[in-house]
Amino acid sequence: MSQPATETRSVVVEREIAYPPEKIWRALTQPHLIAEWLMANDFRPEMGHRFELRGDWGSVECQVLELEPNRTLSYSWGAMGLVSIVTWTLTPMGTGTHLRMEHSGFPPDRQRAFYGAQQGWRKYITNMEQILARVDAQ
Amino acid sequence: MPQRHDILFSTLADPTRRAIFERLCREGEQTVAALTDRAGVSQPAVSKHLRFLKQAGLVRNRHEGRQTHYSAQLSALAPLIDWTSQMAGFWQSRFDRLEDLLRRMDQ
Repeated sequence: MSQPATETRSVVVEREIAYPPEKIWRALTQPHLIAEWLMANDFRPEMGHRFELRGDWGSVECQVLELEPNRTLSYSWGAMGLVSIVTWTLTPMGTGTHLRMEHSGFPPDRQRAFYGAQQGWRKYITNMEQILARVDAQ
Repeated sequence: MPQRHDILFSTLADPTRRAIFERLCREGEQTVAALTDRAGVSQPAVSKHLRFLKQAGLVRNRHEGRQTHYSAQLSALAPLIDWTSQMAGFWQSRFDRLEDLLRRMDQ
C-alpha cells in the first residue's frame, strides 16, 4: 500500500481452519467454489486477470494483483466508487491452516469526500457522528 | 448492502430534504406544519420530502388526531458512518460460508 496506515482503515478476519492450505486455495480460486461462499464470478487464477463479483445488490470490479498458489492471493475490490484491496494469506499450521483476510484501503475521509464534495457531505457526516455520539452516550 | 448506502446518499443529497432531516435530528419530533413553517417550501413539498425520508428509513411518523408527527431515525445512518464494521460483518459471514463449503468438499 502506498498510503500511510493512518490514512486508511482495514478489516482483518483471521481463523484457524482444520483443512490444509491446498484445499482452502481451491475454495478461494475455483469460480464454482467461490460462487458458493462469496459471489457469482468470472475469476481466473491469473495475474492481472480482471473479474467481476456479482451480488444481489450490484457488482464488485476486481483484478488479480498477487498470486502465489496455496499461500497468497490478492485482488483489488472496486465498489461504490472506491478501490480497496483484499489479500488472503494461508499459513500451514499442523494439519490445518491459519487463514487471514485483510481488506485494506478504506480511506474514511476520501470515501465521504467522494460522495460529498459537492454537497458539503464531510461537514454533514461530522455533524451526524457528533449527534450519534451524543445519542450513544445517553 | 451498498444499495442501502445509495438510497441514503440519494435521499440526503437534496438540500431541502437534508435540512428537514437535520432539524428533526437536532430538535426532535415535529409536525408537518411546524416543519413547513421554517422549511421555506410549501406543505405538499415538505410532505413529499418526508415521504422520501421515510422510504429511506430516515424518519418515522405517527398520527395523533389530525396531525402527523415525524421523528428522525438516527440508526438508519449507521451504515454510512461505520463502513468498516459493516465490511467486517460481511467478511465474517463469508468466512462462515467458506468453512461450510470446506466441510462439504470433504464428502
